[in-house]
Amino acid sequence: MPVDQRLAPSRSLVSFPARIAGVLLDIVDAPMRALQRLVGVPRIAWMFVLPNLAILTLFTFVPIVIDFHFAFTGGVQLYPSQRPFVGAENFTTLFECRNFLDPSTCNKDVFWRAIFNTAKFSVLQVGLMVFFALVTALVLNRKLRARGFWRGVFFYPVLLSPVVVALIWKWILQREGVLNALLASAGASPVEWLTDSHWAFFWVVFVSIWAHMGFYTLILLAGLQAIPADLYEAAEMDAASPWRRFSRITLPLLMPSLTVVLVLGLIRAVQVFDEVFVLTGGGPGSATTFIVQFIYMTGFAEAIRQYGLAAAASLILAVSLLALTLLQLRLTRRSAASTARNDA
Amino acid sequence: MRVRHAPRYLACIATVIVAFATAARAGEIRVACYSDGNECEVTQDLAKRFESQNADVKVIVDKVPYKAILEQLPVQLAAGEGPDIARVTDLGGLAKYYLDITPYVKDPKYWEANFGETLKWLRPTPNDKGIYGMMTQLTVTGPFVNKTLFEQAKIPLPGATATWDQWADATRKVAKATQTQYAIAFDRSGHRFAGPAISMGAKIFDAKGNLVIDDGYKAMAKKFYDWNRDGTTPKEVWGGVGGNTYRDAFEEFANGRVVMYLSGSWQVHRMDQQIGRNFDWIAVPNPCGPAACTGIPGGAAFVALKRTKSPKDVGRFLDFLASEPIYAEYMARTENIPAHAGVAKKGVDYKVSPAAKAALGVFVADVPKLSPIAYEIQGYKYNRALFNPTAARLGQAIVGEMSLDDALKRIASDIDEQVKAAQK
Repeated sequence: MPVDQRLAPSRSLVSFPARIAGVLLDIVDAPMRALQRLVGVPRIAWMFVLPNLAILTLFTFVPIVIDFHFAFTGGVQLYPSQRPFVGAENFTTLFECRNFLDPSTCNKDVFWRAIFNTAKFSVLQVGLMVFFALVTALVLNRKLRARGFWRGVFFYPVLLSPVVVALIWKWILQREGVLNALLASAGASPVEWLTDSHWAFFWVVFVSIWAHMGFYTLILLAGLQAIPADLYEAAEMDAASPWRRFSRITLPLLMPSLTVVLVLGLIRAVQVFDEVFVLTGGGPGSATTFIVQFIYMTGFAEAIRQYGLAAAASLILAVSLLALTLLQLRLTRRSAASTARNDA
Repeated sequence: MRVRHAPRYLACIATVIVAFATAARAGEIRVACYSDGNECEVTQDLAKRFESQNADVKVIVDKVPYKAILEQLPVQLAAGEGPDIARVTDLGGLAKYYLDITPYVKDPKYWEANFGETLKWLRPTPNDKGIYGMMTQLTVTGPFVNKTLFEQAKIPLPGATATWDQWADATRKVAKATQTQYAIAFDRSGHRFAGPAISMGAKIFDAKGNLVIDDGYKAMAKKFYDWNRDGTTPKEVWGGVGGNTYRDAFEEFANGRVVMYLSGSWQVHRMDQQIGRNFDWIAVPNPCGPAACTGIPGGAAFVALKRTKSPKDVGRFLDFLASEPIYAEYMARTENIPAHAGVAKKGVDYKVSPAAKAALGVFVADVPKLSPIAYEIQGYKYNRALFNPTAARLGQAIVGEMSLDDALKRIASDIDEQVKAAQK
């Protein structure tokens, strides 16, 4: 292969990693040429897509098909071929309720408790998180001293693993934890932070906001910085109040970012599992049991593993996530269309 | 480097991969081991000794959390994967995956003579005569007591035949006198709860052999529920987590927050190591109810698994561990009660503190008093269909999520649903 000598770096300048990369490329070069000769130039692109497609098929599409199969079959067997077809029985079991608003009247009461908990968590956590993320982004967008440091402080929890987050907070909130030690030193009685249903739910929401707010703050901060400064200058010249500037300039122009944050937050909230499972184990009772934990417990932690029931519950979860994703797409497209109209 | 060198590099890489893959499999057996105390470390040590006598076999002991044995191993086994040997506690529940090592042990009669009583716990059907593994420990559930608190309160310890009510009464008085927070704590486990329930008259099985929540079970549930509500028992142990999550109350006992702690003989090593001389702790016989004074037998077993590609090596290694001197050493070092008749008869020379030795003595003395129902539930393959809902539903009742009556109804319906699902 002819090489343009003017573009080729001198051998001494070629770094070690570059040489390694060269060796690796040399290794794949010959098979790629052979493959190109075999399939022809127009089809070679498919060969590049194929590995990813194979992985996606193996780890996403095939499990979806298996999930459907499991949802309509019963028994405790793991191999699909050994599982008896039961039709919609798993769904009927999940939806067997005298009063859908009272989980205790349902056959699978824990499933419905998990649904209600997930709905309550999603509304509270996402609502509060978006509010605090917005406030934080607005503050961090101002000319603060050590602004970079503060941005880092708020983003830092995002870098932590959910299990680490849960363990840190468990250490703080457990009966002999840091928080109760502080209360005791102030002469107050210890509080059952994680064993009282209401407190446990509060802390689950709080810890989740603490752990994820930084990411959403960052998105909103980027949105704020994209708003042209001349709009604010013009508003100041017109003597617009800070609230008017916020409600007439900041909020409308930040709406695309807010929509993304809201829908991403909702999807994340519906899927909540790891932090809560480590922090409270779904307790006390089932006060912090969410839908993903129900699926996990039913499919993997019970003595008799009811894969069919777990698969049916996961399909219901998938449908709700699909609805949220479609909502996000629709809102994002509408917002993009409106921006395009305004530009025109 | 040029393209022409590529095949040479590819060949080198392929050779290395194939060499490693072959080396990793030849004569290698993997043991999935969870530890209550130092069981895996001792197994590792004994495995090295086995390797020195059997140069063609390599034993890799993978220490895993107990949760992995409970939750991941069954899924692995159902998928035809997993280790060659595992240390399990769901003895009957996993029996269909066990390998009969009768053809690979030197003397099956030795196994029958020494492990005969517990070999049947590992058999998939009552008529089966196979050897599937060996109990690495016999356990008995039973209570520990903080003797120092009793002494400080100047209240005498209830006698060997004292009832649960008498113990509750005495420990409450001790707790009050010594300003200890709680009187009694149970591990959050349906297994632990079953002993007192049988003592209170629970039959566990109906005439057809199906699990049943009868008046005896309900009586103990009511007592335990009341203890949680009136502060006799720390609510956070059973109410603090959700579902059937296991949680022991060891920390509560070790930190002097409870006077009496219902757990089992496997905690002796931990008591000895972690409490030591902080206070005087003792094991006491299982308190009585109207029907019995029983705990639940149980334990962990090393079982051979069908998916192994080295059944002979697996048989040889288990045969080595089951040999009398090795087994006796294993028991002495892990501070466990032997399931080996010969070792039990000769007695184990435990190199432990006098407190641990005395506690082990109490548990051993409790074995003859165990109810036949306790043995039956231990050997029943769906026993977790009773144990798990007990922990989950009583936990919900304790935190006020449902009434005790509803919780008991839910336990019964959960059992029915799970057993039916398993039989499909």
